[in-house]
Amino acid sequence: MKAFNFHEVKSVKEATKLASNKSTFLAGGMTLIPSMKMRLSSFSDVIDIKEIKELYGIKVKGKSVIIGANTKHADVAASKEVRKAVHSLAGLAEGIGDPQVRNCGTLGGSISNNDPTACYPSACIALDATIHTSSRKVDAENFFTGMFETSLKKGELVTAVEFQIPEKSCYIKFPNPASRYAMVGVYIAKFKKEVRCAVTGAQSVVYRCKEIEKALNNNFSESALDSVSLKSSNLNSDIHASAEYRASLIVSCAQKAVAGSK
Amino acid sequence: MKSINLTINGKKISKEVEDYTLLSTFIRENLNLTGTHIGCDTSQCGACVVHVDGKSMKSCALLAADVNGAKVTTIEGLADNGKLHPMQEAFKKHHGLQCGYCTPGMVMSAVDLLKNKKNPSDKEIREWLEGNICRCTGYQNIVAAVKDAASKM
Amino acid sequence: MAASMIGSKVERKEDKKFLTGKGRYTADITLANQTFAYFIRSPHARAKIKNIDTSKAKKASGVIDVLTAKELNEDKIGGLIAGWKIVSKDGTDMKIPPHPALASDSVNYVGDHVALVVAETLQQARDAAELVKVDYKVLKAVVNTGDAMNSESIHDGIDKNLSFDWELGDKAKTDEAFSSADKIVKMTLTNNRLVPNAMEPRASIGDFNPSSEELTLYTTSQNPHLSRLVMSAFNAIHPEHKFRIVAPDVGGGFGSKIYPYAEDVVVAWAAKRLQRPVKWVCERTDSFLSDCHGRDHITNCELAIKNDGTVTGLKVDTIANLGGYASLFATVTPTYLYGPLVLGLYNIASAYCNVKAVYTNTAPVDAYRGAGRPEATYMIERLMDKAAKEMGMDRAEFRKKNFIRQFPHQQCLVHNIDSGDYEAHFNKALELSDYSNFEKRKAESAAKGKLRGIGFSTYIEACGIAPSAAVMSLGAGVGLWESAEIRFNATGNISVMTGTHSHGQSHDTTFAQIVADKLGVPMENIDLVHGDTDKGPFGMGTYGSRSLAVGGTAIAKACDKIVEKGKKVAAHMLEANPDEIEFKDGEFIVPNSNKKKTIGEIAFACYLPGTYGEIKSPLPEGVEPGLKETAFYDPVNFSFPAGSHVCEVEVDPTTGETKVDTYTCVDDFGNLINPMIVEGQIHGGLAQGIGQALYENAYYDETGQLVTASYMDYTMPRADNFPEFRIDYTCTPATSNPLGVKGCGEAGAIASPPAVMNAVIDAIGTEVSMPATSEKVWKALKDKSDTKKKAA
Repeated sequence: MKAFNFHEVKSVKEATKLASNKSTFLAGGMTLIPSMKMRLSSFSDVIDIKEIKELYGIKVKGKSVIIGANTKHADVAASKEVRKAVHSLAGLAEGIGDPQVRNCGTLGGSISNNDPTACYPSACIALDATIHTSSRKVDAENFFTGMFETSLKKGELVTAVEFQIPEKSCYIKFPNPASRYAMVGVYIAKFKKEVRCAVTGAQSVVYRCKEIEKALNNNFSESALDSVSLKSSNLNSDIHASAEYRASLIVSCAQKAVAGSK
Repeated sequence: MKSINLTINGKKISKEVEDYTLLSTFIRENLNLTGTHIGCDTSQCGACVVHVDGKSMKSCALLAADVNGAKVTTIEGLADNGKLHPMQEAFKKHHGLQCGYCTPGMVMSAVDLLKNKKNPSDKEIREWLEGNICRCTGYQNIVAAVKDAASKM
Repeated sequence: MAASMIGSKVERKEDKKFLTGKGRYTADITLANQTFAYFIRSPHARAKIKNIDTSKAKKASGVIDVLTAKELNEDKIGGLIAGWKIVSKDGTDMKIPPHPALASDSVNYVGDHVALVVAETLQQARDAAELVKVDYKVLKAVVNTGDAMNSESIHDGIDKNLSFDWELGDKAKTDEAFSSADKIVKMTLTNNRLVPNAMEPRASIGDFNPSSEELTLYTTSQNPHLSRLVMSAFNAIHPEHKFRIVAPDVGGGFGSKIYPYAEDVVVAWAAKRLQRPVKWVCERTDSFLSDCHGRDHITNCELAIKNDGTVTGLKVDTIANLGGYASLFATVTPTYLYGPLVLGLYNIASAYCNVKAVYTNTAPVDAYRGAGRPEATYMIERLMDKAAKEMGMDRAEFRKKNFIRQFPHQQCLVHNIDSGDYEAHFNKALELSDYSNFEKRKAESAAKGKLRGIGFSTYIEACGIAPSAAVMSLGAGVGLWESAEIRFNATGNISVMTGTHSHGQSHDTTFAQIVADKLGVPMENIDLVHGDTDKGPFGMGTYGSRSLAVGGTAIAKACDKIVEKGKKVAAHMLEANPDEIEFKDGEFIVPNSNKKKTIGEIAFACYLPGTYGEIKSPLPEGVEPGLKETAFYDPVNFSFPAGSHVCEVEVDPTTGETKVDTYTCVDDFGNLINPMIVEGQIHGGLAQGIGQALYENAYYDETGQLVTASYMDYTMPRADNFPEFRIDYTCTPATSNPLGVKGCGEAGAIASPPAVMNAVIDAIGTEVSMPATSEKVWKALKDKSDTKKKAA
């Protein structure tokens, strides 16, 4: 990788102060380090935020679960509180990458990177999350703006994510056979007033699938989706899956998610 | 340059490294512990898995500077005074290795599995090993070795 | 030593070092004063090089030199060679384009070698590489195997991109069988392109000693002696007697490390030119781009069948992709390793095989686990399956009906098969896989909404390619014998030198088992030495499942010579006649007496004649001191492993996801030296074969970019992709070698692709090509149901 200066910071304030146009924050590093290693990206300064204690932790408060940005996937997966409050969220974390990735990768890192095939963004959308940053609170739907793009400004750091607790929910990932990232991932959450369905892996950025939501709002059952046929024109197409195939996978993942909701 | 202090296989060390030095490079080149292998550049093959503060991690996806102060165990630190770890014994007994290249990472990952699950099923073992690619064994004898080690640990 | 080591499940001698991190692979070697090398590769599939400007890079920090074709030519370094001459059916020689180690005026695939940056650190070499400016004129790439002959020539003077148009078999007789057939079954098959992906990426370190003028190359080779021969004789890097190649621990090969690569040539030469050690370690992405790939065939094939199910004729028409250049064994793989095997283990009276080999702007294609035989097996087993269905016969019965039953059997193409019992392993496989209850399992799957299918595959492979005179008459550049040397030390332990190379095959253990049995010496006193041209005799390396059948036999023969000499010495020491001495369990015995000498005592006496106890001169007249014997073994024939595999898959029709649910194999490898190791070889082969059938595919886009150039896009099989394999054996010993062994390293990869694909096709009831990815299976099912709907 190209040379850079490494900084370790102890507070959010220190981190944001050091940030510049040529810097990056380093959380788990599971995407960042490989991409720097292959010289696909380079920075003059790498700001390691792992030592910022306030970014860790899991809290269940009323109808929401608040997870610190530095919380590792393995910790979310193993958290009894998370599992009790939103079973599917612990399940999602348990399925990210492999055990070594889960021992390093973090929630904040994942959503800030916003890989179009990452799992966590779908949880943020489906669970109507609020993203807490070093300077504000943003609705998840206004956070993920495009492929590898978010509404984060230079030097702004995700500090926590506040997920709403649904009545029941489930996340089903159909993994890319090679990378094991989501070729399609469907997160379904049934709240008292609405059903939310977030889809990852299928477009340049995570999105809500209105057709599925509409069908499930009428009737929260697998069979309600039998007649749903999604347009493929706006879906990704690559060597692993055509848009047409993805359209079909979204429906079948959604059906499995409905069946598995708890 | 950064000054790194860490405990490697029970031994405290202190070295100066470039900021961009990967933990895997540090282990192999600065500490000359070449049992930690590099098999890919996308951090997927798992040949470089070591334990950092008791948890399995891919040393090719960590900066050396980032693990300053940690306790790192590599494959060289697994045997106890020349006595093979039960996982190493089980790999030998069940022919869980052929060319040996993925083996260090595979063993380190499997040891971590047994810390998390005492008696994993075949399915759990196979799923846990998702991050370790082996091209020689077809994995069957690795699974048998991990199961056997679990029964002995 | 009463218990025989041969046939025992002995734990591996090599394991301890690997399990404790003490393996020593090329990348683990650090030499004093070493420099680091980084290759600049072509980003284009096809281009002319207009200019290479290295001036900026040469001035960069830490850079020692930047080398290109210009410097290579100054030093008169030769290009890479194709080692097996194929003659086309019109009598003309194959067409081979120049293959310089660094591209001089054109590049022919993405990853082609353009320049080498050598610097004090790897970081500096990589930084400087970004400063080298190569001016390319990009040309339209020829990528597709099927289109190559209708595309612009990528190499001057090679019309239609055709290297050769080769044939095998009696065309007239085969045509006759087809004209008198009751039924003709045809199909078109694609054998997908694969990337071998040994887990250890290739690496080389060149080291020139200006005092002794010896050049050493440490490299990831399956075949160090042959590499040295080629690099001395053709690349002209350094004379053979001053050139040492060391292949230390090598992390898997699967064929991809048989041949010397451009990197080996350039690194060895650079070390000599710069007079400093030069270390190069491949990154995985560059491995994807530049390791030789495997397979990549398009085949039209057809069977002539009589109403009773007897197959009377086979026609095969294949286009094989060689890639951008012809690699060392690239031309023999789709010809002599493929054509003779297209008959499978069936008794078919006539056959004709035509292979056209084409150049395209893709990575060179060469031998990959099985080399030619998986392609042949895939073709015949898919075709037999389809034929059975079209004949309305049970697929198992149809196969059985056509098996070879008498041995030795002279096939209508090339091979004379010495031994086998095909019905025995087939029946055993049917039993072990519980074929009779398949319908019940299918119903159970259906109840879960899943489609279940069963597939068979039988195979025969020809291993231990031989005899040398025969293969050289067919165009081989070298003979394929093997060497061994048994070197007793005075204290009674043994160094065994072999010309084969172990990179996962466990030779340290199996070969020691042979020596332990033959000489009655404990395993721990036997050390196998391989992979260093300075230590052992010239040998031909490891590939084609040849090491045990050929190399193991050479070792056994050298052991016999040791015993022969030992008898003379023992007879002298025991005051007996050499003819009456018996050798058993490590002791030379005079029968019906208590007179005996251990082999250790004999070794001691051979090295220290005249000082042994009371005996003044223990060596008989005419017997030289020392106890060291060399044997070169040239087999009389190939060996012919065979077997039957049965696969059951389950398909989720909503997503196309396909899982191998059970996999059963019964193989006949002749005698087994170490069943545990054989089992490991089968497992690994199966994983690669199932990988080919369901997951792996090297995909080039139309511009010649390799889209699957990392583990992000190339699906490497993982532990959770497989069930537990069921394995059993039958045994008909080989008659072509004294150990009765046949070879087992490639069988799994040869047999499994058609077994899996026949099962998938059985499950979904329609054709699909390899790899049968979820999408392809889903699409095949959808097309089938759309067609039905249209028809209704």
